[in-house]
Amino acid sequence: MKKLIISLLLVNLLAACASQQPKDMVGAGKGAADVDTSKSVKAAEPVAATSAANSTVTAPTPAAPVDPLNASNSILLKRSVYYPFDVSVVQDADKPIVEAHAKYLSEHANRKVRLEGNCDERGSDEYNLALGQRRADGVKKLLLVGGVKDSQVETVSYGEEKPKATGHDEASWAQNRRTDLNYNAW
Amino acid sequence: MREMKLQHYFWWLILLCTSLPARAALDIEITGAGEHQIPVAIVPFAGEEKLSQSISTVVSADLARSGLFRLVDPAGKAPHEPREVVYSDWAGVDALAIGNAEMQPNGRITVKFRLLDAVRQTELTGQAVSAKSDQIRAIAHRIADMIFEKLTGDAGVFSTRIVYVNRQGNNNRLVVADSDGYGEQTVLSANKPIMSPAWSPDGSHLAYVTFEQEHAVVYVQSLLTNQRVAVANFRGSNSAPAWSPDSRRLAIVLTRDGEAHVYLVRPDGSDLRQVTFSSGIDTEPSFSPDGQSLIFASDRGGSVQIYRMPIDGGEAERLTFEGGNNFSPRYSQDGKSLVFSNWNNGRFYIATEDFQTRQMQVLTDGGWEKKPSFSPNGKLILFATEVQGRGILATVSSDGRVKQKMFSQAGDIRDPMWGPFLKQ
Repeated sequence: MKKLIISLLLVNLLAACASQQPKDMVGAGKGAADVDTSKSVKAAEPVAATSAANSTVTAPTPAAPVDPLNASNSILLKRSVYYPFDVSVVQDADKPIVEAHAKYLSEHANRKVRLEGNCDERGSDEYNLALGQRRADGVKKLLLVGGVKDSQVETVSYGEEKPKATGHDEASWAQNRRTDLNYNAW
Repeated sequence: MREMKLQHYFWWLILLCTSLPARAALDIEITGAGEHQIPVAIVPFAGEEKLSQSISTVVSADLARSGLFRLVDPAGKAPHEPREVVYSDWAGVDALAIGNAEMQPNGRITVKFRLLDAVRQTELTGQAVSAKSDQIRAIAHRIADMIFEKLTGDAGVFSTRIVYVNRQGNNNRLVVADSDGYGEQTVLSANKPIMSPAWSPDGSHLAYVTFEQEHAVVYVQSLLTNQRVAVANFRGSNSAPAWSPDSRRLAIVLTRDGEAHVYLVRPDGSDLRQVTFSSGIDTEPSFSPDGQSLIFASDRGGSVQIYRMPIDGGEAERLTFEGGNNFSPRYSQDGKSLVFSNWNNGRFYIATEDFQTRQMQVLTDGGWEKKPSFSPNGKLILFATEVQGRGILATVSSDGRVKQKMFSQAGDIRDPMWGPFLKQ
């Protein structure tokens, strides 16, 4: 068995020729134009932030009601559901969380939620991207069953790309196998 | 025998100019050795001390990294022309390389080198290689390729390039580098994850996935112009691009209709068509060299395994049965085997399987080993692994004998892929 270490220092070989930012082509292929949600949804403002301080009229401004989403002790403050390894079905223990959000969203048709699926790192990046999507889509199905409109829900998968905990152990992995319900995505 | 043409440098110069250079330092650790190591001596070239980089040092390092050569110290002997070689001085050496480097008045460097058979006392090959003065490493890699090919019969891959993702905190860089990790060029820098880079068969384009638009989108970017096109930006996740051998199609994975399935699409985003329809996740497609089949990972049978199916649809055949789960399959260039990442008992291993014998061979000791791809001559496998919590590049020879780790100084290295031979 031979073991040798070559340690070398790289020098700048080249002068800069171009920028690091690619030039996006206008009018990408037909397929690419199919969906672009990013622009249209940005206009929507969170409801809770509106109608507070800009009235100079004498009429008394009604106090903004507390959004039940943020009421203390509300189950709605729970915004994550967790999964066993390689499972994408919402567990019984977490179903009340999803049901409470379904009720809230069906009663607040102007609110939107983004479901963000995540995975632990025990798989390939690409498989986990698909698994995270399956998790987020599974929560979406439950919300729709609970009366939420399709337009109120968006799903995204981060796969294993955005781990909450970075250890190679079950304690970390358990935190990373989850779907987050994000009301602040827009 | 592959014909080496200096016009290849045309591609090199263009590729090297596509983005900003980056400084990097790295340590390369090699373990193991080929079954029969060829003893060679690389004599320092005349005039190379005036250059910013010693050519013979780079050539020697290339050959040593392959594991197939034993580098014999010239011990002060310094012939530069055949007539200066005293063959009795070189007992125990099969071949020696000699040569000289000259700076031309126009600023270019010309290196003349000869490879001599020290046993038969004949010249095996001789070449003059010329390039711009900032291309010294490229010249050295080309010389190492010629020596490798002459002495082993296989084309060398020292002049080829690799792509990978370097992640440092929130910063993600898509990086193209020489196959030894030097000459890093940043192709894309983003504060969102970048994934799954894939070389086009001619090395002129990269397909990759980023979250710049808050969900996974597949892009194709030209390394010549830096222009890019969003090939697939549908609802859900757009991922796992792979090029067809004729560059006319990409296999990609979409979740727009529910589960992740494989689709074919042209590199401009047109002519989309679905090819897998299972009830499970189908992802990580890779084309066979003849373009007629796809292999991919799927959990349709419960665990994640590798399957193969005809490109026009039809029944998928399960290829892997051993171990726990198997991910990230890629065809070898001769189409006779595949390489993949095997998850078993808490570790990822790099493994190959021969299509004919259906024998799975685990090549590595296991760890966090992901995303294998063959070198273009099929002799080495590049993959991502982790040492002390940091992602690094590693290679293993396709017979499992020689292993190499490349420690870069900053960031986590992920998702590597070995690029093609550069031809016109």
